[in-house]
Amino acid sequence: MTTPTSPACASTPRSAPAQTMPARPPQPTAGLLRGLRGLMSTPVNALLTVLALAIAWFLLRPAIEFLFINAVWSGHDRAACLAGEASGETGACWPFITRRIGYFVYGQYPEAQRWRPNLAMALCALNIAAALWPRAPYRGAALFAFVVPFPIISWILLYGPGFSGLVTVPTNLWGGVLVTLVISIVGIVASLPLGVLLALGRRSRMPFVRAASIVFIEVMRGVPLLAVLFMANRMLPLFLPPGVLPDPLVRVMVGVSLFAAAGMAEVIRGGLQALPKGQYEAAAALGLGYWQMMFTVILPQALTLVIPGIVNTFISLFKDTTLVTIVGIFDLLTTIDVSSRDPAWATPVTVSTGYAFAAMFYFICCYAMSRYSAAMERRLAAAGSRS
Amino acid sequence: MRAGQTVTTSGRAPRAAWWGNPAVRAFIWQALLVIAVISLFVWAGRNVAANLRASNITWGFGFLTEAANFDITGSLIPFRAGDTYARALLAGFGNTLAAALVAILIATALGFVVGVARLSRNVLVARFAAAYVEALRNTPLLLQLLVWYNVVLKSLPGPRQSIALPGGLLLNNRGLYGPWPVAAPGWSALGLGLLAALAVSIGLAIWSARRRRAGRAPLALWLLTPLVFIGLPLAAVWLMAGSVAGALPVTWPELRGFNVGGGVTLLPEFVALVLGLSLYTSAFIAEIVRSGVQAVPKGQREAGRALGLREGQILRLIVIPQALRLIIPPLAGQYLNLTKNSSLAVAIGYPDLVSIGAGPVLQNTGQALEVISLIMLIYLALSLLTALLMNWWNARMALAER
Repeated sequence: MTTPTSPACASTPRSAPAQTMPARPPQPTAGLLRGLRGLMSTPVNALLTVLALAIAWFLLRPAIEFLFINAVWSGHDRAACLAGEASGETGACWPFITRRIGYFVYGQYPEAQRWRPNLAMALCALNIAAALWPRAPYRGAALFAFVVPFPIISWILLYGPGFSGLVTVPTNLWGGVLVTLVISIVGIVASLPLGVLLALGRRSRMPFVRAASIVFIEVMRGVPLLAVLFMANRMLPLFLPPGVLPDPLVRVMVGVSLFAAAGMAEVIRGGLQALPKGQYEAAAALGLGYWQMMFTVILPQALTLVIPGIVNTFISLFKDTTLVTIVGIFDLLTTIDVSSRDPAWATPVTVSTGYAFAAMFYFICCYAMSRYSAAMERRLAAAGSRS
Repeated sequence: MRAGQTVTTSGRAPRAAWWGNPAVRAFIWQALLVIAVISLFVWAGRNVAANLRASNITWGFGFLTEAANFDITGSLIPFRAGDTYARALLAGFGNTLAAALVAILIATALGFVVGVARLSRNVLVARFAAAYVEALRNTPLLLQLLVWYNVVLKSLPGPRQSIALPGGLLLNNRGLYGPWPVAAPGWSALGLGLLAALAVSIGLAIWSARRRRAGRAPLALWLLTPLVFIGLPLAAVWLMAGSVAGALPVTWPELRGFNVGGGVTLLPEFVALVLGLSLYTSAFIAEIVRSGVQAVPKGQREAGRALGLREGQILRLIVIPQALRLIIPPLAGQYLNLTKNSSLAVAIGYPDLVSIGAGPVLQNTGQALEVISLIMLIYLALSLLTALLMNWWNARMALAER
C-alpha cells in the first residue's frame, strides 16, 4: 500500500499541488457541442445522421401520432373511438384500456376480493425489494422468506382454501397481470432451489448424479418452452394416477418451473465455476462437510456473483409467460385478446391499442429489471477489481 | 463428498466408521438416486398404461404410417389429405427449417449492422441503435409476432392496391409475392456454376493463406473472389444455353383479376414469423456483436496503427478476427434460440413442426405421448448437433491460440 500508484496515497503531499489548482468551470454544453460536432464531422457521418433522422421520422412520428396526438382519451364505449376514426386520423382508443383495466389486471377475480391480490402483490414487492436492494439488512433472510413463507402466504391469500376463512376463488377466475405475475414468480421461486441442486449435481463427482443432472438440463434447454408447455398440459395428466387431473394453471406452472430450473442451473453453474479454487480448498481445510461447505462458503459467494444472470433469467421468464396464452391460460395477453373481440369495443384500433398497452407494460417491467441487472453487474465488477 | 475425502486422507481413515468413508457415502447417495429415478419411471409408466387403457389408446408409433385427413397450405414440402402422418410432421419440420434459415440470415445481417451502429461515434446513430435494441428485447416475442401479423400485415391494402416494392416484389394483405425461376437448363447451369465458384474461391483462400505463411504476398482476394463468383456462373450458363439473356426465364407476380398470380407467394404467416423472429433476434445479436468488438483490447488497435496499417486494415485484420472468436459461440446459441422460438408459429397459424404436431396430428390421433416426444426429440437433435459443431469449432479455435 506504499507504492505511489496506490489510490490510498491520493492525499500524500505529491498530489497536493494538483488539488490547489483552480478547477475548470463546469461546461454543461461541452458534451452536447462535442456530440453535435460528431454528427456532421465527415460526409459519411453526416449521411448517417440524415439517415437516422429519416428513419426516426418515419417510425416515431406515426407511433407518437397513434399513441398521443390522434388518440382518444375518454369515453364509455366504442362510439368515442369511432368518432375519431371518421375524421381519418387513426389513434389509440385509450378508453378501451381504462374502462377494462380491472379485467386486464385481475381477470374475473371477484371485485370484492381484489384486496387479496393487491396485498399479495404488495408483499411481493416489499420482499423483492428487501432481497435485491444492495444495502438492505438481512438480505439472506429476505431471500429465504421469498422462497418459503411468501409463496405459502400468497397461495392462501389468492386461493383462499377452506381453513383460511376467506372466500375460495378458483384459479379459472384468475387472469391478466395477476396470472402473468403468479406464473413468473412461481417459476423463479421454484427454479432457484431446483437450479442450485441441478448445478451442484452437474459439478458432482458422482457419475449417476452428474449424468442425471446433465440429461435433465440439456433436454430442457434443447427444446422450446412451448413443447414443454404442451408436455405439461397433455402428457403430465397421463403420468399421474387415473382420475387425478391437476388444475390447468398448476400444470403450466410445473412446465414453466422445470424449464426455468434448467436455465437457472446453468447460470448458477457459471457462478460456481467463477469462484477461485482456493475457496473450495479453504473450506475443505477447515474440515467442513460437503453441504456445510456449499451453504456457508460456496453458494453465498456464487449466488451473489450471478445476481445479474438470475435477474436476466427472470426477465426472459417474464416475457416467456406470454406463451401460456397458447395453451389457454388467461394471462395479460389472453385478456387483451378476449376483450378486443368484445362487440362493445369493436373498432379498427382496438387490437392495436391493446397490444400497445401490453407492450408498454412488458417494456417498463423488463427495462427496469435489465437496468437493475446492469447496475448490479457494474457493482460486482467494481467489487471484484478492488479485491 | 469432496471435503470428506481431503479430511479422511489425514490418517484417521482406518479408524473412521464405514459411513464416514466418502466412497461408501457416494455409493449410497447414488444408489438412492437411481432407485428414486427408477421407481418414478415405473410409477409413471404404470399410470400411463392405466390411463391409455382407460381412454382406449394403444401406445406406439404405428399411426405415423396411417393416412391423415387434413391439408397443409403454404408448405414447402407439399402435403395433401391422404398422405401419412409421418409426412405431415416432415412437412412441418421443413417449414420450421425454412422460416428459421431465412430469419437467421436477416437477423445476422441486421444484428451486425445495429451492433456496429451502437459503437458509432455518431451520437444519434448510437442512441438510435440502442433504442432499437432495448425496444425489441424488452417486449415478448409472442406480442411482436401478433403485432406483425394482426396489426401490420392485416392493415396492408388488398391485392388490387398491392404495394410494389423494388425488385418486382408485390406486398398486400394476402402475402408477399416475388419473381421465381421457371425450370430451364440455364438455371441448372447457374447452380453448378455457383457451386464451382464456391469451390474455386475456397481453394484461392487456402492458396493465399499458404502464400502469406510462406512469406510471399497474399492474393488479391477482394478482387478475385467477386470475379470468380460472377464469371464462373455466367460462363456456365453461356456454355450450356449459348446465350445469357434468354437462358434464365423468370415469372413475375402480376395482378390477374382479383388476385395476384405468377411468381412465388410467401404467405402472410410466413412473412410475419420471419419478420418477428429476425427483428427480435437481431437485437440480441447486436448486443453480442457490440460486446465482442468492445472486448478487443484498445492496445490491439493502437498496435495496428503503430505498424502503419490503415483504419480499414486494422478493422479487417486485427479487430474483426479477434471479435469473431468471441462473437461466434453466443451467436450459435442465438441461432438455436431462434429455431426454438419459431415454434411460436402456432400463435399465428404458420404450419411449423409444433403447430402441425400439437395441432392436427395430435387432435386426429390422440397419441399425445408419442407426438410430443417426437417433437421434443427433433429439437433436441438439432440442439445437440449445434453443440457438437460448437465444441468442434471451439477446439479448433483453442489450437489456433498458440
